[in-house]
Amino acid sequence: MTWVNDVVQGIFLGGAYALTAVGLSLMFGVMRLVNLAHGDLAVCGTYLATTVMAAFGVPLWVAMLIMVPLAFVLGMLLQVTLFDRALRTGPTAPLLVTFGLSVIIENLLLQVYSANTRGVLAGNLDVAVAHLGALVLPWLALLKLVLALVIIGGLSALLRLTAWGRRVRATSDDLAVARLQGIRVRPLFASVTGIAIAAAALAGTLNAVTTGVYPTLGALTLIFAFEAVIIGGLGSLWGTLLGGILLGVTQVVVSQVSVPYAILASQLLFLVVLAVRPYGLLGTPQAPQAPQPAG
Amino acid sequence: MTSRRTRPVVADPAPAGAATADGTRVAVTRWSRAATAATAVCVLVLAVLAALPYLAGTGVTQALVTLFLLVSMAALWNLLAGYAGMISFGQQAYLGIGAYVVWLVGKTGLTPFAGIAAGALACAVAAVPIFALLRPLTGGYFAVATWVVAESLFLYVTTALWLGGGTGVGLQQLSSMTPVVREAYTYWESLVLMAVIVAGVYLLVRSRFGLDSRAVHDEPAAAAAMGVEVGRTRWLAYMIAALGFGAVGGMLIVSTLYTDPASVFNVNYSADMLFMVVIGGIGTMEGPIIGAVIFFAVQQEFSAYGAWYLVAIGAVAIAVVLIAPGGLWGKAARRGWSLLPVGYRVRPRGVSPPGVPGRPGPPAPAGPAEAPGGGGGGD
Repeated sequence: MTWVNDVVQGIFLGGAYALTAVGLSLMFGVMRLVNLAHGDLAVCGTYLATTVMAAFGVPLWVAMLIMVPLAFVLGMLLQVTLFDRALRTGPTAPLLVTFGLSVIIENLLLQVYSANTRGVLAGNLDVAVAHLGALVLPWLALLKLVLALVIIGGLSALLRLTAWGRRVRATSDDLAVARLQGIRVRPLFASVTGIAIAAAALAGTLNAVTTGVYPTLGALTLIFAFEAVIIGGLGSLWGTLLGGILLGVTQVVVSQVSVPYAILASQLLFLVVLAVRPYGLLGTPQAPQAPQPAG
Repeated sequence: MTSRRTRPVVADPAPAGAATADGTRVAVTRWSRAATAATAVCVLVLAVLAALPYLAGTGVTQALVTLFLLVSMAALWNLLAGYAGMISFGQQAYLGIGAYVVWLVGKTGLTPFAGIAAGALACAVAAVPIFALLRPLTGGYFAVATWVVAESLFLYVTTALWLGGGTGVGLQQLSSMTPVVREAYTYWESLVLMAVIVAGVYLLVRSRFGLDSRAVHDEPAAAAAMGVEVGRTRWLAYMIAALGFGAVGGMLIVSTLYTDPASVFNVNYSADMLFMVVIGGIGTMEGPIIGAVIFFAVQQEFSAYGAWYLVAIGAVAIAVVLIAPGGLWGKAARRGWSLLPVGYRVRPRGVSPPGVPGRPGPPAPAGPAEAPGGGGGGD
């Protein structure tokens, strides 16, 4: 039974990874843009939420109601000012620009908030658990998994059923033809990045309730998100959920055997998937596509 | 790689002269008076630098060791990113392997200075399976996967007690040497290492390999169609970079006498390399050296005020990528400057260079005749 419980805890952890990764997956799927600042933007959102909490004395959920829309706007601004231009400049420019942005954010946070770990207070949400037979269900982890399901399900529905979704899919398939059909690509990309950054900031803040937050957390956040995206398969949102869950289960199960090797094991899982099935579990083998320039 | 293999399509560049398709005689040059002057200045500067331990205090030489290692790393990262088109954020993996191998060699009683060669070789060996894994990847995919490899090594070393775990390891043998002597040796060795790496990368980029890798970088599919062995070129660039980064990693532990996984496997090394190469001029020989000197100066001047200098350098690097992708040296190269030429300059025979009127012929390549690396000799 403890193994079953481990797997369940792993799925919860995977929900957290998937929630963090969904924005990265979305941006890659639509623009072929690997946003290396994704993790740092998530961490940025967390600091923003704690700052709002401290400044106005409001509880976490109110702070997040303020922070998530701000993150959406920040994402749109980044897309319009930096990413569009980087995508236009050439295939390596988005990598150089987003990595540079990641270093800027990390060091800004370091200067403004110091290197110390900050706790994110959430009442007793971080310790509250429900019991289901022998299974332990931590409310916070459950919340993250449900949010991951809701966001991925919601995004899939939006992409499939709405006019916005049709435009995004058309642009993702062929930017030039989409533009010929009169689709205005730049606002579309801005909205996609806005959603991606908002989701990342939401995920980062909820994760920080358990672990706390520190300026260099972004690097590891990005690596795990990237691994979830690749393991699941590029361009597949449900694949990202699967990838996150596989990472989470691997980590929790291995930690029962040896705690120091838990994170290493999930990195190795990624490398194995890369060696055996580089296009991911739910992906389809195809030549990698060049970044899509907008504007 | 310098062997003169015959290839079906791309003929070996003729050193002195060749004929174009319409029969006009052209001259192909690979050297210039500016290059001779630049080389002479380089040799002079190296000679002065070599004498420096007799002239200046250890404060100066220690700082210069940092600069030499920065220049070395920038040159190697540029070989990967600028010439072979492989952006890697995981070269710190080889810095770590190099450093730890030097430590292991030092434990056997051999001098760590000799261990640096062993560190470099170990990296080349480790790079074989790592590249086999990364080979199918391109772009951002490749960049983050290299980072994951470095992160995995970091996680492994923090748990490996035989490597000192997370607390790191110190080089005892060197600590027992007289500091002045040790620092002088460290200085000379890092100076030699930098000279070998920069000269090695330069000769490599001037060779057939350089032409191939620039072709691969610019247009892999077209390069493959022209008979360039794309995979082999990428492989060789990666191997040589691994060798070089291993030696630099070895120098890192020799110069600080200590290393720990959190610092040697730190992705910040990749950030520094990116900044130096991008600001100086990616895909040029001169750019990364200039970038490294600027980075070093900024670091020396402003690191006392915290990490703000990294914020500023990051912003400058982003601006360079978006507004002036050639970097500082790219601007200079556009005016026809070239101190370390790597390409092929083609001009009609009998027409003298700049300004001197000659007989009419096909127009000499204007402006950056050098820039695209000649694109193939004698065309």
